[in-house]
Amino acid sequence: MKPICNETCLELSFPATDAEASAGIARLSSGLANHGLPPDKSDDVKIALAEAINNVVEHAYKGIAPAKVQVTCRLDRNRLDILISDTGHPLPGLQMPDGTPAPLGKTTQDLPEGGFGWFLIHQLTSDIQYERRDGCNRLSLRFNFDKNA
Amino acid sequence: MGLTSTSHGPIQVITVHSDRIDAAMAIQFKEDMRAETENGADRVVLNLSGVEFIDSSGLGAIVASMKQLGKDRRLDLAGPQPVVQKVFRLTRMDTVFRLFETLDDALSDPDA
Repeated sequence: MKPICNETCLELSFPATDAEASAGIARLSSGLANHGLPPDKSDDVKIALAEAINNVVEHAYKGIAPAKVQVTCRLDRNRLDILISDTGHPLPGLQMPDGTPAPLGKTTQDLPEGGFGWFLIHQLTSDIQYERRDGCNRLSLRFNFDKNA
Repeated sequence: MGLTSTSHGPIQVITVHSDRIDAAMAIQFKEDMRAETENGADRVVLNLSGVEFIDSSGLGAIVASMKQLGKDRRLDLAGPQPVVQKVFRLTRMDTVFRLFETLDDALSDPDA
């Protein structure tokens, strides 16, 4: 395994629009890869990060002018911590959805076209924390690296 | 977004020329798929081999594209990269779509 310096910090902030989020997610993914994120974790991180940021764009700033999404990544030898913060609406009830996936239904026409975001985040992370503080949403995603992997 | 369509006998192959199908392009993708498949074949194969990332919005757009085909036509997927396969597997959409490792596999499928 490539040596990772004690701890690496990556920070990126961008306007909460679909196009900026798409570019931001791509930049963060390649930045993390360049800083030694284990390759077997990179897909999980990409997917969870994209879903979490998309939630901010679609829900937190719904009906109000989109401000910024701030993403801070701390990568060390054993884990990656990502903090995503925004100044949009709080999560309903100040709680994260539990991540039950939308049922697939019985026929093709019943198939869900959404409702997988939180499910994927729950599935792919080792730990998630949400807090509302000083008018900010702060979502922390943790990815532990399996040393035996 | 960029889709191209070719005919292989009775099969229509639509190739995605974008490295991402994500929230930023999901609506456009769905509209482009509607236009491409409006008068097309009963079996459509979506070639995803160039797609390096998909999120749940992109997944939703592919599901919507299948629904648009109606019940007598079918959308199969070919060449998904590992991250794309993972999104389909986790959401169990791999039980809904037929995923072929390569486009050749999809075109030579005896059950088609």
